[in-house]
Amino acid sequence: MRETIGILFMFAGVVFDAIGCVGLVRLPDLYNRLQASLKCVAMGTSMILFGTMIIAGFSAVGAKAFLCLIFILIISPTTEHALARASYIAGVKLWEGSIIDRLKQDSQNNGTGK
Amino acid sequence: MKKLILAFLSMVIWILLVWPFSSGDVDWHSIGIGVFASIIVGILFGNAFTDSPYKFFEIKRYFWLVYFVVVFVWSFLEASVDFAYRVLHPDLPIRPGIIKVKTKLKRKSGIAILANSIGFAPGAVSVEIVDGFLYIHMACIRYKDTDDATAVVVRRFERILARILE
Amino acid sequence: MIEFLMVVLVCCVFLCLFRIARGPTASDRAVAIDVLGIMVVAFGAFMSIKTENEFYLTTALVWSLLNFIGVLALSKFLENRGFDD
Repeated sequence: MRETIGILFMFAGVVFDAIGCVGLVRLPDLYNRLQASLKCVAMGTSMILFGTMIIAGFSAVGAKAFLCLIFILIISPTTEHALARASYIAGVKLWEGSIIDRLKQDSQNNGTGK
Repeated sequence: MKKLILAFLSMVIWILLVWPFSSGDVDWHSIGIGVFASIIVGILFGNAFTDSPYKFFEIKRYFWLVYFVVVFVWSFLEASVDFAYRVLHPDLPIRPGIIKVKTKLKRKSGIAILANSIGFAPGAVSVEIVDGFLYIHMACIRYKDTDDATAVVVRRFERILARILE
Repeated sequence: MIEFLMVVLVCCVFLCLFRIARGPTASDRAVAIDVLGIMVVAFGAFMSIKTENEFYLTTALVWSLLNFIGVLALSKFLENRGFDD
């Protein structure tokens, strides 16, 4: 029974991972790709680690899977913010279909544009 | 005093880290290493610690922390399902752009945690922080105005973080 | 069942490698490297369940921390340089 529930969580996690990687290829712009792939892949890996926790129970494997889950929940939004900020400063353009860019407007108004 | 409180907190974290791996009984070697390392950490980093360390002993803040974790994980689930829908739809329903929101948090640690947790709000990532205002990139923009976007994206984390940290 | 899931994950890794080979700017490659690093943790969990050995999960723990530090250093480097290739 416990094995089956764990395998179901792992299956859902692999589906989320696959969706994240399809988004990494399919979306048109760096910022959209960053959001889609990091969110979906972090969700999928968290689900796989949760399934590992359910299968292993209270043992050394389960404790390490729990630590890994906490690390991934802390790490992935931090890297997302760091990569978005770095690539905006490095001058990566937005997609042509974007409808508004307040950061560019404000930096031109203040006269401190790059 | 700051150094003593920091050493005590790092000792607690060390025991919580060691305890699950040794199946219940903690031996004296681990506790000795923990005391040594936490005294060194307290001496080295005590002056760079937070300016009001007595906040760590108010129990109410820890319950708000648990509530924050629940809200964070729920928002994470919502965001990934939202993006799964957008990626698998054949027409790619995205309308991206960068908008500006404001925050009421004053302390630097609060703003940093807010900017990192916006990364898991549905369809948003924070790009730049300029004193009190956050510039966020959203994948599907509904509100271009600053106040409406603040009410949608920022409010749910800011309300709890203000009670934890300030 | 676990073998089938691992084969699907290997196909996902090939999609990431396509973005690393193709990506127009250096930031795209950094994003793909980060995604690849998170998926290695999933491989560690699968191997640890399959062989019932905790060694692979310890490796995944250390790998996630090293990946975090590496991506932060890479983003600091991208901020200052702004190179396109």
